[in-house]
Amino acid sequence: MAKKKTIEEPVRKAGLFEYAPAPESPAAAGDIATSYGHFIGGEFVDSSGSEALKTVNPATEQVLAEFAQGTDEDVDRAVAAARKAFVDWSALPGSERAKYLFRIARIVQERSRELAVLESIDNGKPIRETRDVDLPLVAAHFFYYAGWADKLDYAGYGPNPKPLGVAGQVIPWNFPLLMLAWKIAPALATGNTVVLKPAETTPLTALRFAEICRQAGLPKGVVNIVTGDGRTGAALTAHPDVNKVAFTGSTPVGRAIAKQLAGTRKKLSLELGGKAANIVFDDAPIDQAVEGIVNGIFFNQGHVCCAGSRLLVQESVQDELLDALKRRMATLRVGDPLDKNTDIGAINSAEQLARITALTDAGEAEGAERWSPACELPGTGFWFKPTLFTGVSQAHRIAQEEIFGPVLSVLTFRTPEEAVAKANNTPYGLSAGIWTEKGSRILWMANKLKAGVVWANTFNKFDPTSPFGGYKESGYGREGGRHGLEAYLDV
Amino acid sequence: MSDTTFARLDVFKTYKLYVGGKFPRSESGRVYEVTDAKGEWLANAPLGTRKDARDAVLAARAAVKGWAGTTAYNRGQVLYRVAEMLQGRREQFAAEVAVSEGIGPKKAAALVDAAIDRWVWYAGWTDKVAQIAGGANPVAGPYFNLSTPEPTGVVGIVAPQAGYGHSLLGLVSVIAPAIATGNTVVVAAAADAPLPALSLGEVLATSDVPGGVVNIISGRTADIAPTLASHQDVNALDLTGAIATDGPGAAPALEAAAADTLKRVVRPELDPFAQDWTNAPGTDRLLSFLETKTVWHPMGI
Amino acid sequence: MSTVAANAPGVAGSGLADVAASEASLRRFLHGLPGVDQVGLEARAASLGTRSIKTTAKAYAIDLAISMIDLTTLEGADTVGKVRALCAKGRTPDPTDPTTPRVAAICVYPDMVATAKDALKGTDIQVASVATAFPAGRAALRVKLADTADAVAAGADEIDMVIDRGAFLSGRYFDVFQEIVAVKEACKRADGSYAHLKVIFETGELQTYDNVRRVSWLAMLAGADFIKTSTGKVAVNATPPVTLLMLEAVRDFRAATGVQVGVKPAGGIKTTKDAMKYLVMVNETLGDDWLTPHWFRFGASSLLNDLLMQRQKLTTGRYSGPDYVTVD
Repeated sequence: MAKKKTIEEPVRKAGLFEYAPAPESPAAAGDIATSYGHFIGGEFVDSSGSEALKTVNPATEQVLAEFAQGTDEDVDRAVAAARKAFVDWSALPGSERAKYLFRIARIVQERSRELAVLESIDNGKPIRETRDVDLPLVAAHFFYYAGWADKLDYAGYGPNPKPLGVAGQVIPWNFPLLMLAWKIAPALATGNTVVLKPAETTPLTALRFAEICRQAGLPKGVVNIVTGDGRTGAALTAHPDVNKVAFTGSTPVGRAIAKQLAGTRKKLSLELGGKAANIVFDDAPIDQAVEGIVNGIFFNQGHVCCAGSRLLVQESVQDELLDALKRRMATLRVGDPLDKNTDIGAINSAEQLARITALTDAGEAEGAERWSPACELPGTGFWFKPTLFTGVSQAHRIAQEEIFGPVLSVLTFRTPEEAVAKANNTPYGLSAGIWTEKGSRILWMANKLKAGVVWANTFNKFDPTSPFGGYKESGYGREGGRHGLEAYLDV
Repeated sequence: MSDTTFARLDVFKTYKLYVGGKFPRSESGRVYEVTDAKGEWLANAPLGTRKDARDAVLAARAAVKGWAGTTAYNRGQVLYRVAEMLQGRREQFAAEVAVSEGIGPKKAAALVDAAIDRWVWYAGWTDKVAQIAGGANPVAGPYFNLSTPEPTGVVGIVAPQAGYGHSLLGLVSVIAPAIATGNTVVVAAAADAPLPALSLGEVLATSDVPGGVVNIISGRTADIAPTLASHQDVNALDLTGAIATDGPGAAPALEAAAADTLKRVVRPELDPFAQDWTNAPGTDRLLSFLETKTVWHPMGI
Repeated sequence: MSTVAANAPGVAGSGLADVAASEASLRRFLHGLPGVDQVGLEARAASLGTRSIKTTAKAYAIDLAISMIDLTTLEGADTVGKVRALCAKGRTPDPTDPTTPRVAAICVYPDMVATAKDALKGTDIQVASVATAFPAGRAALRVKLADTADAVAAGADEIDMVIDRGAFLSGRYFDVFQEIVAVKEACKRADGSYAHLKVIFETGELQTYDNVRRVSWLAMLAGADFIKTSTGKVAVNATPPVTLLMLEAVRDFRAATGVQVGVKPAGGIKTTKDAMKYLVMVNETLGDDWLTPHWFRFGASSLLNDLLMQRQKLTTGRYSGPDYVTVD
């Protein structure tokens, strides 16, 4: 048997100051029904088919609810409802559309604790993040685009820009409600109506959002939610009466959608995978760089398309940085997503866990050195220790393929030119990080990096005013900011 | 000396491809006959091949760094220089446009004038586009946040094959906005009207446009365009001239091929034949081959 | 001046011995320290501030925090009576509950040291004295040294000196260094032992985090036993980020030299919630080695009563009020 290169610290003995459990109450998530249908034309309706899927709490493997596998007929009904609603919705004065969106933003704020807990339960991400990151950004996104609805004449797309019609939107499981906001807010602000399909492992917050649409009094059919797996998504993107397709997810699926839409007049925006380089120079603010690296790859269990999954560290500071990084990783708290002190929650699904495991095994097999801090993982649920690979080269799979988990591949460089060359040496181009105290070098690097978002001396920051999206095979179109309007306007 | 007068024999031009700033013949060694609207022979044009298209992509890729890296002011001067050079060869182009599109000399001359003016329009845009397409984003935190448009890279262009003014004005209308923002291009010239395109190569070569920034291949669209659509080192595809309704040169097939590497695609108009290239160009094409890069930096002491 | 540097504990034999050999070398070293990004540092401190400390952990942390307090009175109006009362409070913070721990030290002006020493007889509560023309530090060196020596002679166990911020801000790092070394010498008792030296930076006046990192290293190189944020007499006193930065500095200093230095945030820490945040920072930045009154202190006065009220709440299950803790 090949000698494993795994190096693991002995389990840390209990410290003097151990935090007692600080669990958020699961009851705060509100009532979860045993089964869900779709939200079409302003009503919760049963599927035309009988197939049901189950969504589980990835931290406990307990089934939370059953939900419908959307059929072609379901999609058809939803698109028809959206088409019908489009007539009045697009004719509504922008100022009135704006007020609906402001209402939604406010109700999201009011119900943010409920939504945060529900998101943690369905997704596995820590409550600290749903509470402090996801939900505030969801509300902010609606608030931001609400303001655009009656100002489109001034957005730089010519006078009186027109909506496209019905938008078919397919979103991933990593930020279920936030991705919903990124899709629905600009679509509605510009006068489109939507049919949205949430991911098959995380449908619950989208269905809860449907209730918010009702509370806001949103006209029937303006927002429709159809649940299901990839088959439902394909039916939606293929539907002939859809005018706009927006997809966030993997590059292979994005590619398939782009092919499917070839020759149609449907407008397409894609936000796909990434393999971001987080580049640390020897003059970096080292403690903040360590935080940025940790935030870059362990935020949301690394289930982040723009995660800083490749650490490029200047050789002259490698040892010092890796020591500090390991020391910091040892303080990460992995476990119950509802514990307010949890830093890393559960992996979203068994499938994703299997993929992370397979890729990390490949990393070891290819000769990279693996390290994880000692930490005990819960007995049930899907978990993966924060993991570091050193001795990685660009040729390794773990340096090329998106792992989408809490796994960091460490590479080194000697000069800025080499750092840029390695950073850009990927078909992806979503994001990148730069850590140096030298201002002119930051700007030189930022100019050369082929990435839609460059974080300098910070990482994984998001804001509704800030355009987000990739170069190359990370997709096209931008979400957020004035730029985000373009994807939903006939321009 | 001699009182016998002969009509002077004209010197014909050998039309060649324009690749990497040079004028090669097609590597196939083959040509095809270009005729006027009545079917009269005008010239032999190189029958560009897949290999020619690949060579052109190599040249275009090599030129990206320098062209995208030059200052916007400099690019504007270069584009303006193209207008100057085109102005000097106005009569020649008017003749080529007239025979290419089957229109009278007055209309042809007006189209050349419009093409010259279009270079001037885009020359002025080079150092302004970042100001309309980018800007500061007021994020809710202590960060400086700026979005800047950057060129996508290598753009494959299926040149307009239809619409009023397509042979030169249409061609300029697709090339100029792409290169104004720092992209480099490989153009599949209009198969039936390649002469203004091949001559434009000569103008570009004398206009300070670095070699490789614009590459022009004549030949069958169905040979050249699929190579551009499937080439992994092409970042974007302008299908304006993909007018075939079927086969490998048709827009749906090209778009599907482009999807493999997620190229940015500009689709043809619903009715390319109805297009009037004298219409005001707007900024659509200028903004089509740009990537928005957003840079964050903390603000602190 | 290499002899000065060599005398400073923590420097000899650490590989950093030459750092303070000259004005130039000290400056080079301090300016070669990694920079600090303000936004990132503050974000990290804020993030640690969201830790939720409940039940058993809270009970442990409250008692730990009480035991780490340098209970302080530094008023022009201080009297013998006031100091005695404060000492009584320090000995028996909660007369209704004898399991309540004592505070770490009573912190007073030099002229009150003898009073405090007397009032604390029979306990292991330390007497800390501010010195060196506290709080401004604007006096001649000989005055500062005499101030220190007086306090030590009166029995002070610990000396809280202030640095010359003017010298530091004008780049005269070596002067600041030498002054600390000199004050340290003035802490020497007749029996050859030393009073513990805490060095106050007045971080609110140093403005930048880069300055705080530099002054932390400067003070540690000069032999500080503790580094302390503030006098409590200016607008900005201890903050979580500035304390976090100093925690990182003592962590890195021990890694480089093997010498452990304590940290004391002072001023503005008034609530149990605040104290919890600081203890979480210590826990996650330094761990067990610093989680004792020997290595971490709170310079505070009103904090104690809030801790006591929270402690009563944990014991009785009822929320306490200010009338149920003593005011001294």
